[in-house]
Amino acid sequence: MSFQKTTHELHKRRLGRNIGVGLVLAGLIAIVFGLTVVKVTNGAFEPPRTEQGGE
Amino acid sequence: MSDIGYNSGIREDEAQFGDFFELLKPRVMSLVVFTAFVGLIAAPVPVHPLIGFCAILFIALGGGASGALNMWWDADIDKIMRRTRNRPIPAGKISGQDAMALGLALAGLSVMMLSLATNLAAGAMLAFTIFFYAVVYSMWLKRATPQNIVIGGAAGAFPPVIGWLAATGTMAIEPWLMFALIFMWTPPHFWALALFMRNDYDDAGVPMLTVTHGRPSTRRHILAYTGLLALLAVAAAFTGIGGPIYLAVAVVMNLAFLRGALRIWRRDETMAEADNYAAERAFFKLSLLYLFLHFGAILAEAVLKPWGLGGWA
Repeated sequence: MSFQKTTHELHKRRLGRNIGVGLVLAGLIAIVFGLTVVKVTNGAFEPPRTEQGGE
Repeated sequence: MSDIGYNSGIREDEAQFGDFFELLKPRVMSLVVFTAFVGLIAAPVPVHPLIGFCAILFIALGGGASGALNMWWDADIDKIMRRTRNRPIPAGKISGQDAMALGLALAGLSVMMLSLATNLAAGAMLAFTIFFYAVVYSMWLKRATPQNIVIGGAAGAFPPVIGWLAATGTMAIEPWLMFALIFMWTPPHFWALALFMRNDYDDAGVPMLTVTHGRPSTRRHILAYTGLLALLAVAAAFTGIGGPIYLAVAVVMNLAFLRGALRIWRRDETMAEADNYAAERAFFKLSLLYLFLHFGAILAEAVLKPWGLGGWA
């Protein structure tokens, strides 16, 4: 029994599709990361300030 | 896993990545992107560039989701019409189930991400738009009434409103003027297409105006809607979204559009068939330029405002 790897035209097409999905996922991660950075740095998620040192 | 099991699902024309992208109706998406962008920029609140980019992206994705759901639902009539028979589902590249799953997943993702990136009001409006296009238009009105295009046109008119909401989080009259512009533009645009695509809608049993009320009536409808659209489009020049640039564009384009509609109204089927629907095709092409230039002018007015050039002030 041999496990010789054969490449088929179909594999190439599926590879193209998988690369496409991979790039979309990578893009989504980049966008979520970028959005988080923007939201955090422009103060959208700042916790309420607590007074320190009494009155 | 056996070789037999692995190979049994092979199809020679198995769907490519591009076929799935095709499900999202990229050409409609380009209109969505442009009008949503204009709505976002015309809003009086500045938006961080990345948030603005994400808002447009998720609005486009929501538009794509409704496109996929529409293709899933309409696969039976798409198979009959020449214009649509090469779409991925009727062509046998993607199953209806897969298209529905993609549509639902993208709808959920786009609404959630738009709400997180901008605000809940924008997300809710996007959700309503997807519902309106996929359920109210595709599933209900399209096959039920000759006014399908008129009411369904509202779905395509929402993007500038969502763009405005994404920037401001509040409602105003200006985005609804942009809404009205697309809403009134859609019927003449599609009826011209229905005139020169001739038997497509008849064969598919879609109650387009050409089928239910006849072609002469459709020609009259095009003229009437173009007249109303011209009044609205020119009047909008004197509102918050208008200005001298917009007024110039609106006057020129509406005169041209009215001229085209008059030409269509004066013709009958024999004349149209003689030149292979040249006037109807020209009107359809002009309608694309019409909308692009109107929104381009609104954009120009908004962009020039900080320099004191846009608008009437």
